[in-house]
Amino acid sequence: METVFGIVVDGIAYGMILFIISVGLSVTLGLMRVVNLAHSAFAMIGGYTASYAIQSLGFGYAGALILAIVVTVLISLPLERLLYRRLYGVENELPQVLLTIGLAFMVVATMNIIFGPTLKQIPLPELLSGPVSLGPKIISAHRIFVIGMGVATILGLWALLEKTDFGIRLRAAVDDPKMAAALGIKTETLYAATFALGSGLAALGGVLGAELLPLEPYYAIRYIVILLAVVAVGGAGSILGSVAASLALGILDTGAKYLFPNFGDFFFYGALVLILFRWPNGFFDKRAA
Amino acid sequence: MTRNLRKALLGAVFTVALGMGTADAGTIKVGVIGPMSGPFALSGLTFKEGVEVYQAQHGKTVGGDTIEFIYKDLDAANPAQSKALAQELIVKDKVAFLAGFYFTPDALAVAPLIDEAKIPAVIFNAATSAITEKSPFFVRTSFTLWQNTVPLANYVASGGSKTVVTAVSDYGPGIDAETAFKATFEKAGGKIAESIRMPVAATDFAAFMQRIKDSNADALFAFLPAGPTAVTFVKQFSDNGLRQKMKFFSTGDLVMEPDLPALGEPALGLVTSFHYSAAHKSAANQAFLAKHKEMFGNNDKVTFTTVDAYDGAHVIYKMVEATKGKSDGVKQIAAIKGMKWESPRGPVMIDPDSRHLVQNVYLRTLEKVDGKYQNTEVTIVADQPDFGYKR
Repeated sequence: METVFGIVVDGIAYGMILFIISVGLSVTLGLMRVVNLAHSAFAMIGGYTASYAIQSLGFGYAGALILAIVVTVLISLPLERLLYRRLYGVENELPQVLLTIGLAFMVVATMNIIFGPTLKQIPLPELLSGPVSLGPKIISAHRIFVIGMGVATILGLWALLEKTDFGIRLRAAVDDPKMAAALGIKTETLYAATFALGSGLAALGGVLGAELLPLEPYYAIRYIVILLAVVAVGGAGSILGSVAASLALGILDTGAKYLFPNFGDFFFYGALVLILFRWPNGFFDKRAA
Repeated sequence: MTRNLRKALLGAVFTVALGMGTADAGTIKVGVIGPMSGPFALSGLTFKEGVEVYQAQHGKTVGGDTIEFIYKDLDAANPAQSKALAQELIVKDKVAFLAGFYFTPDALAVAPLIDEAKIPAVIFNAATSAITEKSPFFVRTSFTLWQNTVPLANYVASGGSKTVVTAVSDYGPGIDAETAFKATFEKAGGKIAESIRMPVAATDFAAFMQRIKDSNADALFAFLPAGPTAVTFVKQFSDNGLRQKMKFFSTGDLVMEPDLPALGEPALGLVTSFHYSAAHKSAANQAFLAKHKEMFGNNDKVTFTTVDAYDGAHVIYKMVEATKGKSDGVKQIAAIKGMKWESPRGPVMIDPDSRHLVQNVYLRTLEKVDGKYQNTEVTIVADQPDFGYKR
């Protein structure tokens, strides 16, 4: 029983980290229909910014987190204006894939030149470091913080997309861009704002997930498969879907690794195949609707 | 007219081709194959720094011949590509030596080539014992998992741990480490509670930590390749509260020097066994570190791969010396068998049978000294051979 509890807690914590790093991709992929393979590159920019701010500029953890999001958004906006905007609504997704994977490689090379090939750390404040006891289970304080931030992100996004004017306009623009424009909705500004939201979430994930996915120049390429897996299972554009997919994959992966450690990632990808077989568009698909 | 033109062109092509074929008089080329970009770029960089420090200390010429190192990028384990690069280096660049090789399969792939071309290949890293058995032209200046694990297993047994759980990455070197630990520890009277193999690409180790905890062993022995996953593993061991529950031993791969700042406090006190620590106290290491600092600004990236490449360059220089610059692989390999020298890691000797180093293995404790983390050498286990050779 103790072990089952331990696995569930670990699985939820792992799932929340998966959620935080992939939800931004779900936003850009689902709401804007851009296959952004450079998403983890934005996460990496956020992580490196936070690391640099704490270690060389003397920022605190919270300050560095905010700075990372701001810097990443500021870097991503000109890219949206100059590059991504040309690819909205193209028939064929190949140009998007080529552009964004190219961008990811450029970020990898740039980070390698500027910061060198060593691992970068984001030192945690006293409050978030070290283990915490949850009854029989010991878990790191940082993971509890990540779970909390994950819940806050879920609620924030839900309120933003379902309850605000911005959300209504965005959903209108996604469903029928021409009609939305005819009604006077400024779709270009709306798309830029959504893109900024996606890259800001990427930065948040890059910083919070750094304990599990350490920052190094190859980060951008190394973890994109996990991110895409979560988005594919959850259904692009669905916040609820991302939550369900992250938690399902997190708990399943943790449980399978405990019970059958020698099978490695077999169950993670096996589950991926089965889920997509049953729900080809993921748990909750907004694109097909 | 056209015919004459064609003849003239062909003649020109042949002249150029022949001209390229003859190596510049007095230049001996060494082809280094290693990860210069991609996820393991740090290791490629340390290869290069190690060689450059050696050349800065000992000059770029041996008996009038200039030694030139050519670097070829092989960013991941890819035997076919390794073979193609080696072929290009031998045929086109006319190298007299091959060197580098971060991954075992990349080294194994060139065995038939170096046999045919009769040129020595100096391995800077690839640490599976079987490699040097595959060709008499292989020499290795790094370590093997057997070499570093056997002394550690004996130390753990003598330290009073009765049962040990092992956790290794599920690939060649990981299985070498597991086998070596198990064989040695059981021979010393200990018991292996459980052997766990983890995927090489794992990012979350929570499930394995739970399993390690449930094994109720006195101690954990772990091996993961140096890099991001090793850092996460050590952190999660501490985060899951296992530090209070059992002892943690590993080979030095988990605590390579450039990763220490990222590992930080959770790794303090970790006991590891390895053939080189940047904190090794000797005149040779001081001179090596001082030169490195002068050339690259700081010693933050100096680690075992730097010194493995540094010693590799030394072996190449000695081989050039042995034949006075002539290309004769058989004679060159014969000349360095049994060679002894003082490396920055300590005294070493090339075992005439295995063509692998006999060297000290150090048991080290991770400490914070003057605000910097380092692996302080505590016990020396002298003159350890490769226990895995022909096993």
